[in-house]
Amino acid sequence: MNPTTYNVPTLAEMIAEGKEPEILFWVGCAGSFDDRYKAVTIAFVKILNAVGINFAVLGPEENCTGDPARRAGNDFLFQMQAIANIQVLNGYNVKKIVTACPHCFNTIKNEYPELGGNYEIIHHSTFLQQLINQGRIKLQGGGEFKGKRITYHDSCYLGRANKIYEAPREVLAALDADLVEMKRSRAKGLCCGAGGSQMFKEAEPGSKEINIERTEEALATGATVIASACPFCMTMLTDGVKNKEKETQVKVYDIAELIARAEKL
Amino acid sequence: MDYISQVLFVMCLLVAGYFLTKRINRIRKNIQLGKAEDRSDNPAERFKIMALIALGQKKMFDKPIVGLMHLVIYLGFIIINLEILEIILDGILGTHRLFAPYLGGLYIYLIIIFEFLAVGVIVTCVIFLIRRNILKIRRFWAYEITKWPRTDANIILITEILLMLAFLSWNASDSILQQREVGHYAGINAGPFAFSQWLMPLFTGWSDSAIMVYERFAWWFHILGILTFAIYVTYSKHLHIALAFPNTYFSKLAPKGKLQNMPVVTNEVKQMLGIPADPALETAPETPQPETPVEIGRFGAKDINDLTWKHLMDAYSCTECGRCTAACPANITGKKLSPRKIMMDTRDRMEEVGRSLEKGGPGLEDGKSLIDSYVTREELLACTTCNACVSACPVNINPLDIIIELRRYMAMEDAKVPGSWNAMFSNIENNMAPWKFSPSDRFNWADKLKETPQNGQ
Repeated sequence: MNPTTYNVPTLAEMIAEGKEPEILFWVGCAGSFDDRYKAVTIAFVKILNAVGINFAVLGPEENCTGDPARRAGNDFLFQMQAIANIQVLNGYNVKKIVTACPHCFNTIKNEYPELGGNYEIIHHSTFLQQLINQGRIKLQGGGEFKGKRITYHDSCYLGRANKIYEAPREVLAALDADLVEMKRSRAKGLCCGAGGSQMFKEAEPGSKEINIERTEEALATGATVIASACPFCMTMLTDGVKNKEKETQVKVYDIAELIARAEKL
Repeated sequence: MDYISQVLFVMCLLVAGYFLTKRINRIRKNIQLGKAEDRSDNPAERFKIMALIALGQKKMFDKPIVGLMHLVIYLGFIIINLEILEIILDGILGTHRLFAPYLGGLYIYLIIIFEFLAVGVIVTCVIFLIRRNILKIRRFWAYEITKWPRTDANIILITEILLMLAFLSWNASDSILQQREVGHYAGINAGPFAFSQWLMPLFTGWSDSAIMVYERFAWWFHILGILTFAIYVTYSKHLHIALAFPNTYFSKLAPKGKLQNMPVVTNEVKQMLGIPADPALETAPETPQPETPVEIGRFGAKDINDLTWKHLMDAYSCTECGRCTAACPANITGKKLSPRKIMMDTRDRMEEVGRSLEKGGPGLEDGKSLIDSYVTREELLACTTCNACVSACPVNINPLDIIIELRRYMAMEDAKVPGSWNAMFSNIENNMAPWKFSPSDRFNWADKLKETPQNGQ
């Protein structure tokens, strides 16, 4: 299932050719600009190509969903962004969206409908789980993660915010790895510390950084891989692992990267 | 003689009723200081939530042992109300154990259940007192739990113990009088009862009249205690016993991640972008649009009147258990934010405004506000909006909603947010991303993928 070239069409190109994609891949700002998360975007695109999904991206036409602005209290800016994005999406008659960012996912799913944007939106963890269940991703087992100790960090915006707890775990289960849970998981999971626009400012004074507390908990499981499904969690946990000087022993991967690696894409 | 006690009793009921009604009205008015919000949709789902969370105590069992102890006190409270009904009727009618002849053989089983619960309540309250005062569990000794909240908790627990002891010792003294066939006690053959019979030896050697005095004392102590407690509860964190029900009924039904939209802002933004406001709003069935234009108030919340009535009801429903704060990542890592304090502050501010209004004072216009006078900006800025507090609350209180409303005030009315947030805002505005990257570089990630054909290995 390894293609030799990868195709990343933009929606504008596709429409110009008179074609329509099955889904729109909403990349998000982190997936577009953050060096670490660009690798996740690429891994996911490789999977989409390998499975033969007819998809497109907005490319330069994509804007921030406005999530950080709304959570920081600036609803004007949020709505400016949201309404502009909705105009683009509705203009292209977009129906189905997949995204690797739980913040984009939550905002488009829950907050865009009131502003006139109604789409079926799927987080990439659910999407990957569906592909595995449909047999379109056939993990042979015995890949590089077989038997490896992996712990999954729940993103607040996937988990508590939208009750997606099992999909990412089922994706990981397909790797035939040794899944271990942290002390606080699922509905009781501890935030990485970046949500609510904390990503974009210094933390308030305290006794500890939230990502350090969470990283300590992840490391306590003895896992060699910390799996995440959110760009903010990725950054916070990677920083935490570095802070604990464990970056050679413990890696933080997005679930899409784990699938792509297991498939040798 | 009997008439005097009946008249006295009815007077006590009326006095208690007067103060209770007055206080309930005050609370209602305080809650009505909040803005309107429609939470009347989906009654079936709302009933289900109320049945599970308030009646069924579902979330209390996140901590099973405490959940079980809380259940004992809760059942004790609910079921012993039947006994209180009998006591009140006896008091008004001048009867004694009015239900006994009607219920016949069942009566003793009923009282046995009450006594079983009374003993359960006493044991549980003693354990809770130990937990709070001796074991010093962290969440009961946080910085927002000052002298009054601690005293309040202890008053509640001690009162419950005293009321139950009065109930048990009343049954014991009554049983002896029944056995001795004294006066009007002779006709009733209800006792002795399961637990209070062990208290009966305390009265051996007492004269009939001394026991009668004690029996009346315990009876009056029990019922007057309950009436006083009912009024006290309305001033206390213990008000959750009543408000847990409406509060869970009016829970937020939308996914936790969804923040409340601001239709006022939507209208302005659409005008700015030159989009007609109405057609788009038609596609939003979730937001009922009033016919008249929304009155432009403040953006976000500075004070309690900028919050909705549900936010305010949340505050009165809070029993300060601190499960929210114990789950809060900011609080866990030593930041000042405590979701419980947000709720306590909201309630304290309501009470302050309410007291002032009652005296004809300035009310909201007293130069103070919820933000700054109560909640500091440092607290508000520390929130990660992770919803852990919302998830943890046993009665579905939503501190996050209030935090967001106060942040909206900070960002949109006051324009006082950290510089790095302002930079993020201007990045979004100018570069369409929270980071300062050129929008034209947004698609650069794909270049490598498109340029170099992969061979898969």
